[in-house]
Amino acid sequence: MAVNLSVNFCGVKFKNPLVLASGILGITASSWRNVVKNGAGGVTTKSIWLTEHKGHRNPVIIANEHYMLNAVGLPDAGVEKAREEIGKYLSWKASPLIVSIVAGKVADFGEIAENIAGLKPDIIEVNISCPNVEGEFGKPFACVAADAAQVTREVKKRLDKAGVKIPISVKLSPNVENIVTIAKAVVDAGADALTVMNSMGPGMAINLEMRAPVLANKVGGLTGPALKPIAINFIHDIYKALPGTPIIGTGGVMTGEDAIEMMMAGATLVGVGTGVYYRGIEIFKKITDEMQSWCKANKISNLVSLIGAVQRHSE
Amino acid sequence: MCQRSDIPLSVKIKKINKETPFVMSFVFDYPHRALPGQFVNVWIPGIDEKPISVAFDDGKSYTIAVAAVGEMTKELAKKKVGDFIGIRGPYGTNYGSKSSQFIAMVAGGYGVAPLYFAAVQAIKAGCRVDFHHGARTKNYLLFADRVKKLKNTRYLPATDDGSLGHEGNCVNLMIETMNAGAKYDLIMTCGPEPMMKAVSDVAWKKKIDAQVSVERYMKCGLGICGNCCVDDLGIRTCQEGPIMPLSQIRKIKEFGLYHRNSVGKKHSF
Ligand SMILES: Cc1cc2nc3c(=O)[nH]c(=O)nc-3n(C[C@H](O)[C@H](O)[C@H](O)COP(=O)(O)OP(=O)(O)OC[C@H]3O[C@@H](n4cnc5c(N)ncnc54)[C@H](O)[C@@H]3O)c2cc1C
Ligand SMILES: Cc1cc2nc3c(=O)[nH]c(=O)nc-3n(C[C@H](O)[C@H](O)[C@H](O)COP(=O)(O)O)c2cc1C
Ligand code: FES
Repeated sequence: MAVNLSVNFCGVKFKNPLVLASGILGITASSWRNVVKNGAGGVTTKSIWLTEHKGHRNPVIIANEHYMLNAVGLPDAGVEKAREEIGKYLSWKASPLIVSIVAGKVADFGEIAENIAGLKPDIIEVNISCPNVEGEFGKPFACVAADAAQVTREVKKRLDKAGVKIPISVKLSPNVENIVTIAKAVVDAGADALTVMNSMGPGMAINLEMRAPVLANKVGGLTGPALKPIAINFIHDIYKALPGTPIIGTGGVMTGEDAIEMMMAGATLVGVGTGVYYRGIEIFKKITDEMQSWCKANKISNLVSLIGAVQRHSE
Repeated sequence: MCQRSDIPLSVKIKKINKETPFVMSFVFDYPHRALPGQFVNVWIPGIDEKPISVAFDDGKSYTIAVAAVGEMTKELAKKKVGDFIGIRGPYGTNYGSKSSQFIAMVAGGYGVAPLYFAAVQAIKAGCRVDFHHGARTKNYLLFADRVKKLKNTRYLPATDDGSLGHEGNCVNLMIETMNAGAKYDLIMTCGPEPMMKAVSDVAWKKKIDAQVSVERYMKCGLGICGNCCVDDLGIRTCQEGPIMPLSQIRKIKEFGLYHRNSVGKKHSF
């Protein structure tokens, strides 16, 4: 018999815990649905701005077997285009939709959140942690607890005022001194959930013959397999400090065992981004098959029982 | 050491040719082999990196043919022999034929470059080729001399002004060749999308298999950024394309209608 992989996240039911991470194959409704067809339990959109925002020039993504470095620069056509794509996706009644939003100013976060909430996505993810637009906007909000809390409060306030009850997950940055402090500040400010984590760095790669940084933005966020132990550690610590707050664990997940490891650390949903590069778009199906096999071999009938399992063990 | 790398490799330009008033070809050695229809990302530091089809791979070096249309391609046109450029790839799907097929090729613009490469391979596999080649005027018929030299190939040019071959477009020329009795097993096309749309409609009506090159705004070439996805299938033209079979083309609602720019906004053709 198949193991039950479904999870409930902030009242939203996912047929399996895998969600497409923001910024990967996230631009169109058709692309989101194609990812669902390939086995994802849900999808996150590319981060959406209020108005059009140009990204960086190419090269924006480079990779090898060890890492991916990206500085796409959050290109997006703004809320008008998003309305069309989100409407189309929701009309297909595919799997749950998490809409990622981004802004350069606190008030704009509220504005875009209210706009997006009107479209009734299942969850809103608040991206305060992109490391690739520092040139334009300075240090991400996720780097200072008070800033992170302020954005969260603003988004909550605007959603409450509009009378919509859509859970928000705030996406944290790993590039901070104490991620637990930030997590607590954000949850105190009203976040329903946390996405842990965005990319690390920034990092740089140099072409020797041309003596030039390869990314047009010179630096970019590091993602891929090496992120996993860092993400596991952060999720573990945050879950321990905030046991009631659901977590989307993201960073370096490649296999079913990686996903289960994330869940044991404390994640309810598991984000997959860079894994698409390493294992193809079929990665979602591959991971759920591997989760099934592991659960069967270890006599787990319900995946949910594994969430935070390592904590109970270490207590 | 790395087994897999999608980081640009610097290569030295070995040869540059002015092919037409707007198109130049560049030759450089590259360690990975390409199939016809695949593309590479060509990088000029400080400027940009853009997808360009491989126009020929002789087993050691690549030829690319580039039309100078904007910032990056105009900058490339200024390069000299011995200068470095960055290359990664090859990426994407390719043209392919079975042995001994009779193939109609329909090329426009720089689309002739990958089709020339495809023709060379098809002829090696024992195929016959009718190469329909369209351009505004005679001087713009890129690679005409190379195509004319191919064995088992009929070179069929079409020019808008009638300065060479058929006066008019190359899709109508293909229809005329068919009406005159040519029975094709396969059609391969590369060029402006409205032209390819017309070719695919003919192929569909006449129940002939076809391979079509779908070009969309590409960034990563790695199947990650999502900028090249097409409606409503949601597949990626850098991975599941650029070369797609007719059956798939028929399911791409936006084909011939619109494409998206670098921020994902729709633009009609
Ligand atoms: C698979 C593929 C194969 C291609 N093969 C060739 C080739 O063999 N020879 C050739 O001359 N050109 C080829 N192109 C087109 C080439 O990529 C564009 O002409 C080039 O990107 C223009 O860049 P620019 O900076 O000079 O001009 P820009 O002013 O930036 O762009 C001019 C036009 O080129 C197109 N374009 C720009 N950037 C991109 C991009 N990143 N991806 C796709 N299209 C873009 C847009 O339609 C734009 O309006 C190919 C494109 C694709 C997708
Ligand atoms: C190419 C690329 C683009 C990304 N764009 C976004 C984005 O727009 N918004 C966001 O919140 N995170 C973005 N991220 C971060 C991912 O959502 C994810 O947090 C990170 O990649 C770690 O997970 P992974 O190792 O599974 O990729 C991007 C990552 C990559 C590789
Ligand atoms: S170019 Fe990035 S997914 Fe195709």
